[in-house]
Amino acid sequence: MSEQEYYIPDGTYWPIIGSIGLTTLFVGFANQMHGAEWGGSVMVLGFAITVFMMFGWFGLVVNESNNGIYNKQVDRSFRWGMSWFIFSEVMFFAAFFGALFYARQLSVPWLGGADNNIFTPDLWNAFSASWHQMAFMAPGSVTDTVLQSGTVMSFPAVPATGIETATPAMVVDPWGLPALNTALLLASGVTLTFAHHALRAGHRNQIVGWLVATIALGVAFLGFQILEYGHAYHDGLKLTSGIYGSTFYMLTGFHGFHVTVGVIMLTVILYRVQKGHFNADNHFGFEGVAWYWHFVDVVWLGLFIFVYWL
Amino acid sequence: MTTATASHDDHHHGPEKGLMRWIKTTNHKDIGSLYLWFAFTMLLVGGAFAMGIRAELLQPGLQLMEPQFFNQLTTMHGLIMVFGAIMPAFVGLGNWLIPMMIGAPDMALPRMNNWSFWILPFAGGILLSTFFMEGGAPAFGWTFYAPLSTTFAPDSTDFFIFAIHLLGFSSIMGAINIIATVLNMRAPEMKLMDMPLFVWTWLITSFLLIGAMPVLAGAVTMMLTDRNFGTAFFDATGGGDPVLFQHIFWFFGHPEVYIMILPAFGVVSHIIPTFARKPLFGYSSMVYATASIAFLSYIVWAHHMFLTGMPVAGELYFMYATMLIAVPTGVKVFNWIATMWKGSMTFETPMLWAVSFVFLFTIGGFSGLMLGIVPADIQYHDTYFVVAHFHYVLVTGALWGIIAAVFYWLPKWTGKMYNETLAKIHFWWAVISVNVLFFPQHFLGLAGMPRRIPDYSLQFADFNLISSLGGFAFGASFFLLTYIVIDCIRNGKPASARPWPSAKGLEWTLEPKAQYHSFNKPPSRALIEAESQNS
Repeated sequence: MSEQEYYIPDGTYWPIIGSIGLTTLFVGFANQMHGAEWGGSVMVLGFAITVFMMFGWFGLVVNESNNGIYNKQVDRSFRWGMSWFIFSEVMFFAAFFGALFYARQLSVPWLGGADNNIFTPDLWNAFSASWHQMAFMAPGSVTDTVLQSGTVMSFPAVPATGIETATPAMVVDPWGLPALNTALLLASGVTLTFAHHALRAGHRNQIVGWLVATIALGVAFLGFQILEYGHAYHDGLKLTSGIYGSTFYMLTGFHGFHVTVGVIMLTVILYRVQKGHFNADNHFGFEGVAWYWHFVDVVWLGLFIFVYWL
Repeated sequence: MTTATASHDDHHHGPEKGLMRWIKTTNHKDIGSLYLWFAFTMLLVGGAFAMGIRAELLQPGLQLMEPQFFNQLTTMHGLIMVFGAIMPAFVGLGNWLIPMMIGAPDMALPRMNNWSFWILPFAGGILLSTFFMEGGAPAFGWTFYAPLSTTFAPDSTDFFIFAIHLLGFSSIMGAINIIATVLNMRAPEMKLMDMPLFVWTWLITSFLLIGAMPVLAGAVTMMLTDRNFGTAFFDATGGGDPVLFQHIFWFFGHPEVYIMILPAFGVVSHIIPTFARKPLFGYSSMVYATASIAFLSYIVWAHHMFLTGMPVAGELYFMYATMLIAVPTGVKVFNWIATMWKGSMTFETPMLWAVSFVFLFTIGGFSGLMLGIVPADIQYHDTYFVVAHFHYVLVTGALWGIIAAVFYWLPKWTGKMYNETLAKIHFWWAVISVNVLFFPQHFLGLAGMPRRIPDYSLQFADFNLISSLGGFAFGASFFLLTYIVIDCIRNGKPASARPWPSAKGLEWTLEPKAQYHSFNKPPSRALIEAESQNS
């Protein structure tokens, strides 16, 4: 297609299929949480429809791209789209990092009686504020106090299992598996850049080699992350162990989900490289995935520093 | 690929036939119309809830509904109006107008554009379906503060959470599309400072959306896990804090209010120069003022939380930062007035809406200033004064901008003229009744009537009666609006390509009813300069 003409794609059913898929997924999920027996299967169905939509929609775009229908302007639109999508992801993670900073710097010290919080000693006599050990209090101490005061009729059960006297290093040692995982992810960023250089130089075997290395590093990261979850869970750090457990699992969990998606995307790119979809000048599909992978990398650095290390 | 090439040729022949046109469409005008009709439907739904609220408040005592149902109505009224009516209406206007204004054939990512619309009916459906669930719809107010929305909320809250997720996807995709369109599809000869102000305000709004909506998604995700998976983000027994919810929510919520008003600023900046027959005063200061407002909107969120509990230093910072917003906003109001100064003014319907926007939005701005002052806010917080304030900025601000835009560009959308007499009757009907509706609420608030309450003390009876009667009259005015728009589409007299002779903008160089794809060839530099607002 010539550069002077504008390109406008024809309509497809993929968007409406996507809407149906997501709605089915969410309705199933909500019902599953509320104990409906059919919820789980509806959720799986919705997920399947969504995946089907992504295969179909991306497949259509890949086909159109391979047939040379797109021009440079379309390529630039994709670039703007991908970069601002990644920015929106950054802001999603920012919400959880914000929660972490707020809890750590403000709400936990306040609960421990910092500043002028004169009520704390009465309500929370078993409590001493410490960031990593938010599931510390003896079972029942808080609930009873509140109930006796008669001000609150029903109150959520206090997380009973916790890390009784954990110090930060005992919760998760940052210089064990997390440091190894940091090295793995940083290395994967380097290998991916090598793959990109090889792509620009037109050496397909090298691209494949570096991409396989990147994927292997990503998978290794995920494996170690699962291993580490096992350790943490065994030591009593759970999603339900208070605010540290909440931020720990939600941040690393969403990050792990993004790494998983990134590995899938890299695998698709590997397949497309072998099919010869890219050339030295025209490979936005590759670059978009690379941007995403570097974003996942940077988020991990934030996680390593603020969740594991400090 | 043969099908793609073949169907690509179809683009020059206009739309497909039948229902599937609307399901599959990648055309910015089709999608814009879908957005606008969806938003209008939601406006009527949310308006019906408001009628229920005003009916209950017509006199003291409980007449019509249980307090719990009243709370469901206020909650859903707010959610539907914000996420279902105002935001989609502006995205619809953006879809219709931005490609025409920047000399482009369509949006940059048309298939994604289709998806951002087609998520909305599903999300709206999920949200409205909560009324029919056990325990009823969410009843914790549109701000869904924890722990009302976590510990003490009905099961339907999880459906509400997923509806918010979907609405967020839709808004983010819409915003990405507008950024890509403005930056990449703009006519090559059009510089950024040639862009019409509606395009500028929407570009800046898009950045607000991309920054704010994911944070809202984070907030509802934390709610979801607090409710169902035992996390403790908003639960003090686990070291979290319900106040954290308010911080995260308002980090989204304050940019959100500018998301709903900046495009209206853009609309008014088009209409006033046209009917004052003068160029817009201070084009570049308008652009910089909009950008400043957007920036400031990210660093003032806790002025919604002065009574929640915050160190004094925090209260002082958020108060002064909030006051600062008055400066760029004042620049804009000054510029609109300076544009009208010594102009040859005429008052066709769009101008009536635009002038009343300047007047009434400024009232809402001033009451906002009052609320931003910490010691004063301690008196006003959570009273009807707040309700009056944000309805002046959202109804006579945002909604006024949308209605002004509809009358101003309706001839370009339909190729026909609306009935000017009826439209003027409708304007006066609406502008009088809306003030009867909302102005007494200032007095109610100053006298201490709390918001979100179905019953009240006797001393509030008179003003509530007046407000409710104004509300019913204002609600009824939308039947006339519906008639005027449908009458224009079906029976309107043919309009010329530029029905407002002194209007500037590339959209007026198109055919009277803008062609299906706006610009197949980019406009020339000479044309862009001739149609520029920055002259």
